Amino acid sequence: MHPDVLRLPDPEATIAEVVAGLRDAVHGFRRRGAVVGLSGGVDSSVVVALAARAFGPDAVLGLLMPEADSAGDTLDLGRLAADAFGVPTVLEDITDILTAAGCYRRRDDAIRRVIPEYGPGWRAKLVLPSVVESDRFRLFSLVARAPDGQETTVRLPLEAYLQVVAATNFKQRSRKMMEYYHADRLNYAVMGTPNRLEYDQGFFVKNGDGSADVKPIAHLYKTQVYQLAEALGVPEEIRRRPPTTDTYSLPQTQEEFYFSLPYDRMDLCLYAVDHGIPAEEAAAAVGLTAEQVQRVFGDIAGKRRVARYLHAAPVVWAPVGGGGIPGRP
Amino acid sequence: MQDIERDVRAFIRENFILDGQAGDLAGDASLTRHGVLDSMGVLELIMFLEQRFGLKVPDEDALPENLDSVDAIVRYVDGRLGAGAPATPPAAARAS
Repeated sequence: MHPDVLRLPDPEATIAEVVAGLRDAVHGFRRRGAVVGLSGGVDSSVVVALAARAFGPDAVLGLLMPEADSAGDTLDLGRLAADAFGVPTVLEDITDILTAAGCYRRRDDAIRRVIPEYGPGWRAKLVLPSVVESDRFRLFSLVARAPDGQETTVRLPLEAYLQVVAATNFKQRSRKMMEYYHADRLNYAVMGTPNRLEYDQGFFVKNGDGSADVKPIAHLYKTQVYQLAEALGVPEEIRRRPPTTDTYSLPQTQEEFYFSLPYDRMDLCLYAVDHGIPAEEAAAAVGLTAEQVQRVFGDIAGKRRVARYLHAAPVVWAPVGGGGIPGRP
Repeated sequence: MQDIERDVRAFIRENFILDGQAGDLAGDASLTRHGVLDSMGVLELIMFLEQRFGLKVPDEDALPENLDSVDAIVRYVDGRLGAGAPATPPAAARAS
């Protein structure tokens, strides 16, 4: 397996294919444009660029939806992406929605079960240990930083962990609610922004960022999304930014929260799994030992099992008319 | 050891085997490979072991050789108890 195996031979051809598919899908839904939530990351920036090509920038709306825990550069980078492609934006600060829903209070209540003094001025994030270093099961820990800078790392009891995640999921779900508000108002479709790695591995919130009418880059590895970003002219500042979750109040990389490796190596491992390439053969391309790659393979399989629920459509007991894909029988 | 195995099997049956297909799981069968145990489940299992047997299971013990089969769990718990491990008083096991 060659390290360049994921390199798109002709990014412009891929762009043309996705743009045509976007038009078919959205017009098939009888919608006339696209809403894209802009996080300042490369995925949403590529999607807004693709949508602008498909529908024209005036038929695309970029939504900027910061909240109290958002990183300082989220808003600026989101605007930068929209401006690069001439797409109008609307700013919807979702902090008040989240406060009303109890997002921050419920999360902090759960954290206080293990750190009673946790409160205003504290910051926190969830982290996972590396999968590469040992066979150890990966247990989430909470890292909390006190106002004086002192950091505490604790393993959360299951109930507290689940409540932190459940409360935090209000963020993705509130954003999606806002995206659908504007989509309904404008008769647009909502774009999903997961790349293949995220989509495959369930790195999304069900009925949150996992919800969309179209997911135009869900078939592309993150490595390929970066290639498209360059070909589309996504500003370099966005392409250089390390992937982040921008969900917790302490800065958190995608690696420490979910993926076990940087995206480019993770992409290669996923490709190897998908193509039945053994760990021994993939190891050199990934830059790890065969044993380490095998651990990553195990992690991929485990996440796929968990993702089954996230991908599942609601269960119904008999076929019901009215479903189906536009343009298909 | 038989009591440990009985309690562990009861916990797994009541908490993880939701589709009823793994009722007679072999003692050495991998719980993760059989889809019985996921990442949440490992955390739940550790909490059960800590509460039921009064152990403190440190992160570095969360290894497949300690937790990925009924036999492994029984060996691990027995070894820890035999080594005088209880650091906290045993509490009633979680039933659900």
